[in-house]
Amino acid sequence: MSKIIVNDKSIAVPGETLATGMDILPGAGAYREGDNIVANRLGLAMIDGRTIKLIPLSGRYIPKIGDTIICKVIDVSFSGWRLDTNSAYSAMLSMKDATSEFIARGANLTQYYDVGEFLVCKIVNVTSQKLIDVTMKGPGLRKLKGGRIIEVDSNKVPRIIGKQGSMVMMVKDATKCSITVGQNGLIWILGEPMNELLAIQAIRKIEKESHLSGLTEKIKEFLEKSGKAQH
Amino acid sequence: MTYKQRIDGRGFDETRPIEAKVGVINRADGSAMFRIGNTWAYAAVYGPRNLHPKFLQDPQKGILRCNYNMMPFSSSGERVRPGGSRRSKEISLVTEKSLLPVLDLEGYPNSVVDVFIELPQTEAGSRCAGICAASMALADAGLDMKDLVCAVSFGRVADKLLVDLDYSEESYPDGPVADIPIAMMPNSGKVTLLQMDGELPKEDLLKLLEKAKKVCMDIYEVQKNALKEKYHEVEV
Repeated sequence: MSKIIVNDKSIAVPGETLATGMDILPGAGAYREGDNIVANRLGLAMIDGRTIKLIPLSGRYIPKIGDTIICKVIDVSFSGWRLDTNSAYSAMLSMKDATSEFIARGANLTQYYDVGEFLVCKIVNVTSQKLIDVTMKGPGLRKLKGGRIIEVDSNKVPRIIGKQGSMVMMVKDATKCSITVGQNGLIWILGEPMNELLAIQAIRKIEKESHLSGLTEKIKEFLEKSGKAQH
Repeated sequence: MTYKQRIDGRGFDETRPIEAKVGVINRADGSAMFRIGNTWAYAAVYGPRNLHPKFLQDPQKGILRCNYNMMPFSSSGERVRPGGSRRSKEISLVTEKSLLPVLDLEGYPNSVVDVFIELPQTEAGSRCAGICAASMALADAGLDMKDLVCAVSFGRVADKLLVDLDYSEESYPDGPVADIPIAMMPNSGKVTLLQMDGELPKEDLLKLLEKAKKVCMDIYEVQKNALKEKYHEVEV
């Protein structure tokens, strides 16, 4: 007889039995041990029909093809740039993916991107050894000038962006800041200094309460209250 | 000589008071505090992160590095000289070995997960407290692990079989003492660490293992609650 032991959207810890019976299937973050479905990590248990999966609540960013990330230039070589991706692995931006401009042979590459600068780029390839290639060619991919960068948990990025970008749009509208969210957990914010701080507070609040429901309403309320206090 | 009663009045199968908290160090990717009696352990996990020197890298999977450190005036004895010692190196190694069986680092080739265990105050059972804290911190860091690891010490003082020896029992002068730290995966019951100081008949060891298993389940509950607590806190 199959039985689901945990409640939907409850927090499960490694080793916790989520369900028993062969009818139920383990999804991401869970595994089968005999008849039982057991949690393989700390996460939010989601029951989807006969499958139980765990949504991660913490953990470093794992690079994936197609992700738009914010990186810091850490080295300039003869053939391109090495970027810190806020994960365990650095990425390589080659000269041909860096810009549509013509780069002369032997040109000084620091005039395009210098060490310490932040770029919005897209991952085009990740090998099994986690060698990452990124490109700067695409809509919205650019060098970041001014503003500030904050670091959040990369698992909370989907919540910060919201459905079809609704949450980040709300913060942008309320604070009149330009905000770019990288999938790797780096967020760039540019606006009036006080508004930047408000945006950061809102994002921190989303990050802290991301696993709770009714978050959009709470953030809306927070932004309205804080926005009024400022004026 | 018989050992009639424990000095702090506990039952023979009873541990010192246990307390655990997760997320105590903000800068770390995962962190936890574990206290058993007067022994406090803080663990901080950093990573998976880039590993240098390169020859340490494993292209098949990430590696785990543990560092156990007692703070200078943490124990009741002499000042512990800061920096590594033969003892701390050994305990770092056994901690690493006791945590590896639950961890899956195959998704992180060439990288390292660093675990730093600091003990501001100790009174026996420090490696067990360190392992408990480290396993919670690893879970908090969001790493794939099939179970938590729970650790406790047990042993024999004179003629009595005890769980969770304190310092006065470890150094009991009037009879033979056996001190055995154990770490296990509570759900499967598999043992990941078993060491012993002193001597003990086989029958006693088997009896004690059963007791230790029960205690480990209690510790697992404490660890579990601490991990869940972190995410419930903000709900208020």
